[in-house]
Amino acid sequence: MTTGIGARVKRREDKRFITGKGKYTDDVRTENQAYAAFVRSPVAHANVKSIDKSAALEMDGVIDVLDGHQLTGDGIGNIICGWAVTSKDGSPMNMGAWSALATQKVRYVGDAVAVVIAETQQLARLAAEAVDVEYEELPVVAFADKALKDGAPQIHEEAPGNLIYDWEIGDAAKADAGLAEAVHVTEMEITNNRLSPNPMEPRSAVATYDEAEDHYTLYTTSQNPHVARLVLSAFYNVAPEHKLRVIAPDVGGGFGAKIYIYPEEITCLWASMKTNRSVKWTADRSEAFVTDAHGRDHISTAKMGFDADGRITGFKVDTIANLGAYMSLFSSSVPTYLYATLLSGQYDIQNLHANVRAVYTNTVPVDAYRGAGRPEACYLVERMMETAARELGMKPAELRAKNFIREFPHETPVIMTYDSGDFDANLAQAEEAADVNGFPARREEAAKRGKLRGLGYSCYIEACGIAPSAAVGGLGAGVGLWESAEVRVNPVGTIEILTGSHSHGQGHETTFAQIVAERFDQPIENISIVHGDTDKVQFGMGTYGSRSGAVGMSAIVKAMDKVEAKVRKIAAHQLEASEDDIVIEGGEVKVAGTDKALGWHEIGLAAYTAHNLPPDMEPGLKESAFYDPSNFTFPAGTYICEVEVDPDTGTTEIVQFTASDDFGTIINPMIVEGQVHGGIAQGVGQAMLEQVIYDEDGQLITGSYMDYTMPRAADLPNFSVHHASTVCPGNPLGMKGCGEAGAIGSPPAVINAITDAIGNNDLAMPATPQNVWRAYQAASAKQAAE
Amino acid sequence: MSRIHVTTTINGDETEYLCEPQDTLLDVLRDELDLTGSKEGCASGDCGACSVMLDGRLVCSCLVLGAEAEGRAVETIEGMASGEELHPLQQAFIDKAALQCGICTPGILVAAKDLLERNPDPTEEEVRYWLAGNLCRCTGYDKIIRAVLDTAADMRGAA
Repeated sequence: MTTGIGARVKRREDKRFITGKGKYTDDVRTENQAYAAFVRSPVAHANVKSIDKSAALEMDGVIDVLDGHQLTGDGIGNIICGWAVTSKDGSPMNMGAWSALATQKVRYVGDAVAVVIAETQQLARLAAEAVDVEYEELPVVAFADKALKDGAPQIHEEAPGNLIYDWEIGDAAKADAGLAEAVHVTEMEITNNRLSPNPMEPRSAVATYDEAEDHYTLYTTSQNPHVARLVLSAFYNVAPEHKLRVIAPDVGGGFGAKIYIYPEEITCLWASMKTNRSVKWTADRSEAFVTDAHGRDHISTAKMGFDADGRITGFKVDTIANLGAYMSLFSSSVPTYLYATLLSGQYDIQNLHANVRAVYTNTVPVDAYRGAGRPEACYLVERMMETAARELGMKPAELRAKNFIREFPHETPVIMTYDSGDFDANLAQAEEAADVNGFPARREEAAKRGKLRGLGYSCYIEACGIAPSAAVGGLGAGVGLWESAEVRVNPVGTIEILTGSHSHGQGHETTFAQIVAERFDQPIENISIVHGDTDKVQFGMGTYGSRSGAVGMSAIVKAMDKVEAKVRKIAAHQLEASEDDIVIEGGEVKVAGTDKALGWHEIGLAAYTAHNLPPDMEPGLKESAFYDPSNFTFPAGTYICEVEVDPDTGTTEIVQFTASDDFGTIINPMIVEGQVHGGIAQGVGQAMLEQVIYDEDGQLITGSYMDYTMPRAADLPNFSVHHASTVCPGNPLGMKGCGEAGAIGSPPAVINAITDAIGNNDLAMPATPQNVWRAYQAASAKQAAE
Repeated sequence: MSRIHVTTTINGDETEYLCEPQDTLLDVLRDELDLTGSKEGCASGDCGACSVMLDGRLVCSCLVLGAEAEGRAVETIEGMASGEELHPLQQAFIDKAALQCGICTPGILVAAKDLLERNPDPTEEEVRYWLAGNLCRCTGYDKIIRAVLDTAADMRGAA
């Protein structure tokens, strides 16, 4: 069937986008519209001495200026981190208070202290400039390693020494013993550069309080509107859940940055009640740079030991993670359960230990960004493996293959149980597609032109399909991570799927419809996907962690199982046959082996007219389901990058990028390719272009697109994307997830390729021409000295 | 401040509006004329999400004042299709899934259409450099570049 599983169905959502008719939050127009602009701290750390609103309040068109004392006075709760991580000494994490509008202290440049509500956006922004805040500046620490030093400025009273937690996983004694017995130990210091997610649609909120109904509506740029409603209600006391509707309409990319519920959304809701106006706020790009949660920012040291045969004997990692000035919603889980649990990579490592210290700094809060912890783990493991291979004089692929896990399920020493995979198959497919055998000749040819060619590998694994609720609950998560779905078969036979997943570019309106079209053998145009509105969809945990396929679609399958069971009963009753003999095919519900059949629409009509249903059957044909996964899923694969470096300038060109992924079952290959492409582009961005930079005073240096280098069309090649899949045994469709793989797998492949080209393993991301040139010069000088 | 009266042509239709002196053309399109297909991604001319044509020249509408459109012709994404008939680039973007979240797509389509009108037979490198002013965070550009090159070939074949 041309619209079922595996078909390259054209995206059904695209018509509205390519004609400019998408409806995003900033496109929403409401009656009684007013605009919010935030008064933000220009300094990274200070006591707030006073806020003088008088000049702003006198401006024509300014409706009100509200501050944090009013906000907390109205009972609006502090912003919380929803995952409790426990330090290795058993103590709970040290979470400092975070008010949506700061009252006593500001802790990073951009921290909001007040909000202006005015008749126009321009006026609101002008008036925000007129609010006079007196700051008493305090010493600043912007870097994680410095924040841990004795005498560093203290950011939160609740976190002595700026330490949020000191956490470990694995067995330190065994890892030490493994390293002691090694014949070779590779040691590296590895930094994972700080990034800004930068969805192209800035965050936006339109909040409306209806006094007559005592009810709030929030349009917002969210990846998970139900979670937003839950948190806004249960923790921030904005409104009880039944008095709050959250709508995430078309959303222009998320990448993690739109998971969290930020000060701005909370404040707009509260301000709409205070002013009795609909309040709209849309970030400008510079505001996005200082408010959207940043990603990554790890400093690690690692030791990996090998025996004479190249097998890993022990692996020990020590990481400092910068969480910024406040703990964002899932920040604590990223450098722990989403990072250290993946440090076994694709390898059979029996002796493994990781220690992670999370620290406060005077910077924007850091949380999950595409991959979230897993890119940091993959980068560390894969740089170690490639460097070790070079030190051992082995081929990088050979060293990896020697250590591959080949039997499943495989339990790692860092609490993951890999359920499936064929790492050899992905490695072989990537090597063939990249023509690795032809590389020496290409390198020689490049050398004749004065260029340096390099080849780099990355064999990544990730844990997706987030996540089994009881398991993550046991690890400190404050929520369950199931998904819900509802399948409504209408009286005319058309089908509506209501899902708690949220699409912000992933193409759910197409992919989700494909599994329904296949299951009920119905035309895809008769199936619609409803998402993103808490008044329409029963509940949902949203889209992040590559979970919408493995978890969201599994919930749809579960609801379809229930629908099918009822359809069989109705058909069996009306056709006077046994339920076991009923089949759904050709758009009809039939008695197998006979010409007795009912049209799909006739079943729908029968269910709703209820004139002739089996005894005791309820009318209607609508079923819902909650699906809680039994395990994470484990997408994996091999990426191979080939680069050419100009030794005179350090300029690096990616000449070929090859991916072989194992995503399990693929519903729509065209959409999956796009996910991989986009992920790789973000990974290449991290490896070569992007870095959030703070100065010693905590001033953000990279606050615009003139300073923060986004990957552009001219920076990237086309990608060679392939699949070698094993079916995931953990969910009904056999899916593993594809959303984050590219961003996880690609950075080490790029850096391994460049370090191969220049002959120096000591190269940090981003590999700008300057960094590459310096590393090459250092290697050349060292070689000359020898 | 008194508002400025502007008479201009938008997507072929003569249009009048009032705007503040500091309003950008993007503000006017989105807020006065309800043409919300053009998007603000940066307001500094670095992302191209607000790309429109002004008297046949590709511009970032966030860097043009609304008042500057007086007596000129503006073309936006809303005018790209002829009624129900999509422009070949629009059709190719659907056929090849050359978009994901869609927020940058209007700007990219406007820019790509301008490229093909100037250069019906661009190389891949020319397409990549022409579209380097349009940021896309979702697609990695791969399918966009292929869609533009394939459309160029189809349009040459049809011509």
